[in-house]
Amino acid sequence: MSQQTHVPNSVDGAQPQDGARRDPRLLTTVASPSGWLQALRRNIRGGELGPLPVIVGLLLIGLVFQSMNDRFLSPQNLSNLTVQIAAVGLMTTGVIMVLLLGEIDLSVGSVSGLAAGVVAVLAVRYGTSEWVAIGAAVGVGLLVGLIHGFIFAKMGVPAFVVTLAGLLGWQGVHLNLMGSDGSINTSSTGPIAMLTQTYFVPVVGWALVLLTLALYLVSVLTVERKRSGAGLPHKSLVEVLFRAGLLALPLVGGVWILNQYKGVPLAFLIFVGFVVMLDLVLRKTRYGRMVYAVGGSSEAARRAGINVDLIRISVFGIASTLAALGGVMLVSRNFAASVSTGGGAELMMAIAAAVIGGTSLFGGRGNAYSALLGGLVLGAITSGLLLLQMDTSVRFMITAAVLLIAVILDAISRRGRKTHARGGA
Amino acid sequence: MSTPVLELSGISKTFGAVKALSEVDFHVDPGEVVALLGDNGAGKSTLVKVIAGAHPADSGGVISWDGDPVTIGAPSDAQRLGIATIYQDLALCDNLDIVGNLFLGNERLHFPGTLDEVEMERRAVELLDSLSVSIPSLRVPVASLSGGQRQIIAIARSLLGQPRVVMLDEPTAALGVAQTAQVLDLIERLRDQGLGVVLISHNMADVRAVADRAVVLRLGRTAGDFPIAETSYEEIVAAITGAADNPVTRRSTRTGSSATATKDKE
Repeated sequence: MSQQTHVPNSVDGAQPQDGARRDPRLLTTVASPSGWLQALRRNIRGGELGPLPVIVGLLLIGLVFQSMNDRFLSPQNLSNLTVQIAAVGLMTTGVIMVLLLGEIDLSVGSVSGLAAGVVAVLAVRYGTSEWVAIGAAVGVGLLVGLIHGFIFAKMGVPAFVVTLAGLLGWQGVHLNLMGSDGSINTSSTGPIAMLTQTYFVPVVGWALVLLTLALYLVSVLTVERKRSGAGLPHKSLVEVLFRAGLLALPLVGGVWILNQYKGVPLAFLIFVGFVVMLDLVLRKTRYGRMVYAVGGSSEAARRAGINVDLIRISVFGIASTLAALGGVMLVSRNFAASVSTGGGAELMMAIAAAVIGGTSLFGGRGNAYSALLGGLVLGAITSGLLLLQMDTSVRFMITAAVLLIAVILDAISRRGRKTHARGGA
Repeated sequence: MSTPVLELSGISKTFGAVKALSEVDFHVDPGEVVALLGDNGAGKSTLVKVIAGAHPADSGGVISWDGDPVTIGAPSDAQRLGIATIYQDLALCDNLDIVGNLFLGNERLHFPGTLDEVEMERRAVELLDSLSVSIPSLRVPVASLSGGQRQIIAIARSLLGQPRVVMLDEPTAALGVAQTAQVLDLIERLRDQGLGVVLISHNMADVRAVADRAVVLRLGRTAGDFPIAETSYEEIVAAITGAADNPVTRRSTRTGSSATATKDKE
């Protein structure tokens, strides 16, 4: 049953070049479809689930709801779904950064509400330009995050407590700001509204797909050529093309479906844009490496000369900034900010989406794409249950069950990684 | 003889009412492995921390580097001089891969802020090859490595700063037989590359296997400086435990240490 490929025993003085790098115990992946399949099977057994459970879950959700209501997979419903998940999705991206540090931010909902309040009050009550209002809201988010980060990093108060105080305190500021107005309606034609009302014509969507694939291929091939030039193990052209194909599948499929309705929505593009940007920052930059290092072992990071406090403060700053952007999106979708904006299920949904998407609650493990995958899962459940005209109570129960399954998978895969010696962090 | 790369003389360190080190002399030559021995509380860790800059010494003593007096007031001073310290808890990030850990805090970049993974991996391969270390893959999380491999990665990381003195705190404490041998091999390779190695260990077998000299501390004082090849196991243990605290052994220790002292002056 276990057909693992062992490297022939060639670790002798005869081949010092190879011997220093290879180990007879190392299982290598043969560069062929069956080899990849074996590697995949090995990873799953070892607790390296990757995005697989989420993708399977997403397909299952799609099938179940489609069989119960054939409008679920219609282009219109899917297009609305992508706009609906953008706001909470942006908050999730911020939450992921904090989870990578091994901390938690409970204030994202309140901060998004506060940002919504700031946007509406400035734009409507004081009549400032909507762009200025958006900028001010994002600035307030950044400031709030820096305060959280400072209290957590410099004063040593647990992040849980700091952001719990934030959860309550910023909601208070939000209510105070709104004053006697329970709700402030914003213009339905200004830039704020346009954030979620803009759709791009089909050709833009296709151009984006081509551009993404081209950039992906060029960057991957450049790196692989450099690796082969440096004498390092590298992927074959076939494997690179295969991976590009895997990337093209959801891109082409997604744009094709969205184009059948109104085109690619701007809100979704902003969300995906932030996810991709964050992913690049986390994987390709020194800053991202430091975030993972602090999440893995803050003591090791400190001894390596990393300014741990600065990393912590900046991550909380980013998290609250993204939460504030999420708040602006909430206003945009409702054409209004109310005292309850951001005070409902947003916080729980944002954290749940991050965990469902595969970011570990235990720190140091996860990636930005969790926001997209987790957001899609929760968005699909919400949208499906609304189509079936189920009560909110049912939605909460099902969301809770999905969250629990995700956390259980996280905990089990963590145990799997420990027993398979792949890091229990 | 060459001048010692690092020499401490008359070093004292007081913590409140406790004199952890008093008038300790210590030196390391290039290409020499010096074992630092002593019972718990003898002052080994304090001496290491003084050298590493974690606890600056009290005034009065002299630290010389290549014969020139220097002050080591902070860990960064020690690093700048070329002293690398590998503490027992290794300080590796389990979730990062080997390359990530080797270059942590010292990443190679191509343009502002972007990691040059290819260059880092190439240098990592080069470095581990030069140490004849065999590691399954450089892209697995460090958590999946064995204790010996983790120790080797921690040592290899300290070598990236091109130190001239490496201090290892109990490098073989929790290792199996084969892994201990790997680490000892590595220590010998460091010596062959001309580095001064300070080895803190309770394991006399390891000390006898790789060390050229053994400096014994007892209750914060130098209790002996023995050339390993000419000293018996019992003599060293006697110095560690203080069984040598009688006129007869004290005399033999004195003649032994005066022998090494004259050798240094040659």
